[in-house]
Amino acid sequence: MTAHMKMNEPDKRRRLDQMKQGLIGTPMDRPDGPQKVSGMATYAHEWQMETMLYGVLVRAAIPKGSVTAVDRDPILEMDGIRAVITDDRLLRRPAQGTANEAPEQGATQVDYLGQTIALVVGDTFEQARYAAQNIKVKYEQAGDAVFEPEAEDTETEKPEDDQLDQGDLDQAMQTAAFTVDEIYRTPGHNSAAMEPHCSIASWKDDKLTLRGSYQMLKYNRNELADALGIDAENVRLLAPFVGGGFGSKLGITPESVAAALAARETGQPVCVALSRPQVFEATMRRSETRQHIRLACNKDGELTGIGHQCLVSNLPGEGFYEPVIQATHFVYGGENRRLGMEVARLNRTCAGSVRAPGEAVGMQVLENAMDELAEASGIDPVELRKRNIPDRHPEEDIPYSSRRFHEALDEGARRFGWDKRNKKPGSQRDGDWLIGQGMASAARVNMLMEAKARVTLRADGTALVETDMTDIGTGTYAILTQIAGEMLGLPADKIETKLGDTDLPTGPGSGGSWGASSTGSAVFLACEELRRQIAEKAGCSEQELNLTDGKIANSTNSRPITDIMQGEDIAAEGHVEPGETSETTSQATYGAYFAEVAVNAITAETRVKRMLGVFGAGRILNEKTATSQCYGGMIWGIGSALSEELVFDTRDGHLVNHDLAEYHIPVNLDVPQVEVVLLEERDDHASPIQSKGIGELGICGAAAAVTNAIHNATGIRVRDYPVTLDKLLEGLPAV
Amino acid sequence: MKPFDYSRAKDRADATAQGAATTDASVQFIAGGTNILDLMKLEVMAPDKLVDINRLDLGDITETEEGGLRIGALVTNSDCAADNRIRRDYAVLARAILAGASGQLRNKATTGGNLCQRTRCYYFYDTAMPCNKREPGSGCQAIGGYNRIHAILGASDACIATYPGDMAVAMVALDAEVEIENADGKLRNLPLSQFHRLPGGTPEKDNVLENGELITAVILPPPVKGAHIYKKVRDRASYAFALCSVAALLRVENDEIAHASLAFGGLAHKPWRDAEVEKLLIGQRPSPELFAKAADKLLESATGQGSNDFKIPLTKRTLVSVLNEATKNEDQQRGASQ
Repeated sequence: MTAHMKMNEPDKRRRLDQMKQGLIGTPMDRPDGPQKVSGMATYAHEWQMETMLYGVLVRAAIPKGSVTAVDRDPILEMDGIRAVITDDRLLRRPAQGTANEAPEQGATQVDYLGQTIALVVGDTFEQARYAAQNIKVKYEQAGDAVFEPEAEDTETEKPEDDQLDQGDLDQAMQTAAFTVDEIYRTPGHNSAAMEPHCSIASWKDDKLTLRGSYQMLKYNRNELADALGIDAENVRLLAPFVGGGFGSKLGITPESVAAALAARETGQPVCVALSRPQVFEATMRRSETRQHIRLACNKDGELTGIGHQCLVSNLPGEGFYEPVIQATHFVYGGENRRLGMEVARLNRTCAGSVRAPGEAVGMQVLENAMDELAEASGIDPVELRKRNIPDRHPEEDIPYSSRRFHEALDEGARRFGWDKRNKKPGSQRDGDWLIGQGMASAARVNMLMEAKARVTLRADGTALVETDMTDIGTGTYAILTQIAGEMLGLPADKIETKLGDTDLPTGPGSGGSWGASSTGSAVFLACEELRRQIAEKAGCSEQELNLTDGKIANSTNSRPITDIMQGEDIAAEGHVEPGETSETTSQATYGAYFAEVAVNAITAETRVKRMLGVFGAGRILNEKTATSQCYGGMIWGIGSALSEELVFDTRDGHLVNHDLAEYHIPVNLDVPQVEVVLLEERDDHASPIQSKGIGELGICGAAAAVTNAIHNATGIRVRDYPVTLDKLLEGLPAV
Repeated sequence: MKPFDYSRAKDRADATAQGAATTDASVQFIAGGTNILDLMKLEVMAPDKLVDINRLDLGDITETEEGGLRIGALVTNSDCAADNRIRRDYAVLARAILAGASGQLRNKATTGGNLCQRTRCYYFYDTAMPCNKREPGSGCQAIGGYNRIHAILGASDACIATYPGDMAVAMVALDAEVEIENADGKLRNLPLSQFHRLPGGTPEKDNVLENGELITAVILPPPVKGAHIYKKVRDRASYAFALCSVAALLRVENDEIAHASLAFGGLAHKPWRDAEVEKLLIGQRPSPELFAKAADKLLESATGQGSNDFKIPLTKRTLVSVLNEATKNEDQQRGASQ
């Protein structure tokens, strides 16, 4: 039986609130936690396959051109070397999220320094690596490589459907009481997930099994099949545990196809893992951005105009570009609007989705500009934002679904003690440290995607949840267990949740913050159908059904659910699809960040002293894992504000700092006590479980709270991220 | 990583004999391995043989007849920083060690190995890039490239790399000596300030160790009373190399600076020490003008490479602040003893 729902209307029944098990929303520990901390959770690289070979990718040493020869013979004579793969089907770029087809293939063409061009396969990883490092490659270099997005002769495109010109922004700027007109820049980022990408491929006849580290198996399977030129039915992907993705594992990456080709050629399973520098070079980067931001407001601080025109980059031919202005469209009012995107074509690593593509950098800069406008107008930054929360979408004239923006701002200000902050920049000092406070709004679009899941209530009173959804460290095992437990009246330990296998019902995977709501809704719908079947057996209506702790109760008695199962399992599939509610309402998650920083008056080193985030993201499915997502996002915000930056050499476009020693993500000592508050909310338009995405909300503006605090501490505005000490030194008082 | 032979040295003579068996760098000692293993995996270094010296009897800190300390080459960074005598009498050293790396790395890294830590120059680490240090004569890509962490003092046209460590910077300020044994069993002692080299035309040589020579100890002279400060400025709060660091030993007597030794990290191919700067301070009354003059003297010949230009004002500010702090502490200490 399949229970299908297309989200054409808000689901105001709020069924989960009527259930009695008391699991949903609780800070339940992850059921997979003990496996993870005891090393029993098998990540991609940890599968032990008999007679497994190891492959190591070879990297291009030129920025643009073609490979004219790979000197295979001396390599094949090296100890333990089994194959050198230069097949036309090798990926030369990673696939974009939801691509559903192969990315650019044919590794003889080189588009950037560091690109994958070949695979060397050996008996051991060490042998393969040694050979890969010493393989001689001949190139024909092209002289017209382009490395700098803002260079005069760099080609750019303006995507036609991403230019908005509403009203007259120039006029609004001229007649405004206060304006901001600035250019900000943000650097490239890499997801740098803890687990490097890895694939283990094995063939049986024409069937390929690939154990990988991926976020969206339904798409990944098609991408892989397309790249290899085989039927998707012949591909099975397994990814039960994924050690972080953040976008870098949305689409397949070069090691997958390489492992599959090598396993085919050698007739043995082949494991290909990326080294950390390869993760930086062969997977997605977030594009650097140049953002021209303009704000105009009247004397009361009400926005009359917003301009947000952005330049980003990608490799030639890539359809994806960082959607910087995504939230600018809906977060604040102002009738005169000019928003637009421009894409430079560069010979740098491929740009794609990195946690909260768009908002992570777009909200960051918009929120810096709002801080500048608050300063210009003399209006408190929190108040300024509250005055600009629009009643209806300022471009599409549709209502918002649930939105706790105002409350997040108020609650955050109250908890942080915002009213006690020093309003005059550069006037608070504690010894050698300049102290400052800053805030920013958070906003991230919400998306529901088509998803299926199967739930089986077994005769023994346990349940099985099955979907190809992934848990990339986010807590999917926990929340799906909670949804099923809540609906079926079972404690968590009676539920088994199976994920990460393309043989299971398909969903959209983890990405875009849509995983929990989409697959969670499919599990919910399957459980609702099971409840109908149980009610039928019990002779009552589904609404009357009272299921708790494995028992079915009515007003007079209670009996074990197993009694009515009569020795038979019952199963149902849930199937959810997005529908009209995503067109008729503007759906997003909102919040507010508050930060206090100390800037060393001598050395300009910045340390974040405390940070608070208050968020509204619909129903919270698990308070602990949701809070952890927000912690993570806010810590990314600290990194974006202070230290994270992909540095590309201006002469050959190569990524200079491609390891964790020199690409500075925050370490423990950089992260202060971070507080996260989740507001009670139900979004009936978003999904039948009233939840919205929360995985990315924590980063969508977080950096701006930190840099606005730096301005409050020092009086200095740095508009070129990250705010490393060299950019503050000149503006500090003399020693 | 190139396949290599491994042998465990039986004793010091065996180690140096094995080390001296070839005339190039193809035999390397391994102690903690926190740097060389990474470099070998990347084939930045590709020795034919590793001689494991971990079982040699070089793991103690002992007191010298002169009233100083002899730190065996195999004493780990963690043990050294935790030693009570070092914490009490050589606080600048304990502070410098704890400012470096991470707890895990300090547990493995040794005193001798740490002195031999190699530069973190991005281009040195990337085998697709020319680098005179890795491949003599191939060129320096850091010049004209991204050089945020590079040298402002003592660089050459061949190399602008920096020595990245912290421990050695404090040891140089402490006038430490390094004890080296060669294949003939002869010991030579060398001021640590002369151990690391400037790059000149041969940046492939980080230090003056000859083939087969083994660092056996670092010897600290008797303690110097006064303020012991290690100030490290970096791009994040922990686990980042110094953009600039200052190791300072300073004592004020009768309102005049009686002792000043200063060493600097992150600025050059070696821990930097400038006798002229110290001479300028000693015998003078502490004052902002004096400190500024000292900093200007230090940076007289400083040259930025583009992305590291900020190191010049940063070093000046940091030094002035350290001198302020060192002389202020001295006042307080004197006040307390009166």
